[in-house]
Amino acid sequence: MYLKMENQSAQKDTYILAVETSCDETAAAVVKNGRKALSNVISSQIAIHTLYGGVVPEIASRKHIEAVNPVIKQALADAGMRLEDMDAIAVTSGPGLVGALLVGVAEAKAIAFAAKKPLVGVHHIEGHICANYIENPDLEPPFLCLVISGGHTHLVKVTDYGRYEILGKTRDDAAGEAFDKVARSIGLGYPGGPKVDALAKEGNPEAIHFPRAVIDGAPYDFSFSGLKSAVLNYLNSCEMKGEEVNRADVAASFEQAVVDSLVSRTMHAAKETGYRKVAIAGGVAANSAIRAALKTACEENGYAFYYPSPVLCTDNAAMIGSAGYYEYLSGVRHGWDLNAVPNLELGNDIV
Amino acid sequence: MRILAIESSSLVASAAIADFGEDEILRAEYTTNLKKTHSQTLLPMIDEIMRTLDAEGDGIDAIAVAAGPGSFTGLRIGAATVKGLGLVWQKPVIPVPTVDAMAYQFYGTEHLICPIMDARRSQVYTGIYTFKNGTEFETRMPQCAMALADLCEELNRLGERVVFAGDGIPVARNILRDKLTVPYTFAPAHMNRQRAASVASLGAVLFREGKTVDADVFAPDYLRVSQAERERKERAEHGEEHCPAVTVE
Repeated sequence: MYLKMENQSAQKDTYILAVETSCDETAAAVVKNGRKALSNVISSQIAIHTLYGGVVPEIASRKHIEAVNPVIKQALADAGMRLEDMDAIAVTSGPGLVGALLVGVAEAKAIAFAAKKPLVGVHHIEGHICANYIENPDLEPPFLCLVISGGHTHLVKVTDYGRYEILGKTRDDAAGEAFDKVARSIGLGYPGGPKVDALAKEGNPEAIHFPRAVIDGAPYDFSFSGLKSAVLNYLNSCEMKGEEVNRADVAASFEQAVVDSLVSRTMHAAKETGYRKVAIAGGVAANSAIRAALKTACEENGYAFYYPSPVLCTDNAAMIGSAGYYEYLSGVRHGWDLNAVPNLELGNDIV
Repeated sequence: MRILAIESSSLVASAAIADFGEDEILRAEYTTNLKKTHSQTLLPMIDEIMRTLDAEGDGIDAIAVAAGPGSFTGLRIGAATVKGLGLVWQKPVIPVPTVDAMAYQFYGTEHLICPIMDARRSQVYTGIYTFKNGTEFETRMPQCAMALADLCEELNRLGERVVFAGDGIPVARNILRDKLTVPYTFAPAHMNRQRAASVASLGAVLFREGKTVDADVFAPDYLRVSQAERERKERAEHGEEHCPAVTVE
């Protein structure tokens, strides 16, 4: 069931309790008027998944069940508020790991039902984009947003609150996936992003030339699987020749190839759309080289550059609370039959 | 005492409200068995029976739930639902073993009761029960995951008449026919699958025994570790080197 209500009055303050369990973080937050995170509680499972070299969906789902109630209670306690004070309950309904999503969706629905509060299903990527609203109280649409995470690489036109047009996305691996795979190949382990980022600082980004994929007829689409293969081939050929691998150079050169792909498309999109504001979002947006390169490119081209602090880049519920607020304000309400949709597309209404 | 009971361990989705005083009365039960996900059906069903009864959360004394074994995802949808309800209503959760609750539908029988749930990997979730003297619920073999052949062996060893229930019957039928030496029958439709009313009734017994937990700490009893954990353990036992593999289940 999906309803659009009349516009709400924005006179009084609106508080959203948000729940996010789409991957390996159990998170809850209380967000005021879509802009202020009164609390932002994240229970990370990274330690356990590290044993397996990546996120194990069944384990993630089990951990969510164990963590979800304490995390939600903590979010209310940190905000100094009660459930009765909330105007709505927002929850990530997709995309993500279906078993993991279902925990948050079933929990949030039960809470909304029992507390007689409206329920708002939120798109995870929309949440990432909205992290910028929390970080930058002055940011308003329209703007361009590059969403880069372990599961997603999207270049998005944010035409209005809750209105998105996808300009381009990855054809194969997400940017974060490429980081994880390359990290594993040079023995850095999981999660790869922060580890590659740290090691790359010690290396020469021009030491090895890795390819930057271009997709014919799709100027805003990305592809990282070729880059990942090139890194693996390079490592193999070094091994065959008995040459020692400079891992820092590999990390730096790989990272540079990713940076170039992301920056060139983002700048091209900004130029073509005429948007003067550029934002980044998602877990990979915490990568220091990507942030620095985009900041420089935006400055050179006269664009304002927005980026969330690292805690708002990685999966969190504050961003879901912000996105939920704007959906709530536009009248979106979901029924008790709200389902988790693992491959939910951005820009489509959640039904 | 009023109990809201939830069963989502298999394809069956079921919700019930029952009152337990001098008389025990099932007030409402809503049970479906179809391929729609519990995420879409379970809470609307709870909503429906509560509205029909004009029931409020503060009138519910405890929430009973089929706590496992069963479909991992189904169990978690039920678990997250009761955890959310329990968090708001501040009511305790009664974890009811899934197979026990299935067997409890056969109140009064002195035959052996043997629910069998399809557990994949050539196993069934099962247990063996009876009502001693027709009244006292007795567990002869606690719920577990086991091979059907082993179950047949155990039932033959016990040597008593058996009544079977559960969604494992369709796949087990031929094996039971070939291996069992004891007389047996299959239960009819109103008692051969999971039902929330039975979870409520057995839940009331457990509640009186003080077997409740806080909603915050409740988690299903899966009876099985995840595939990734199992494989990791196997690798460790075989002395293989740690091989990080991305596992999709």
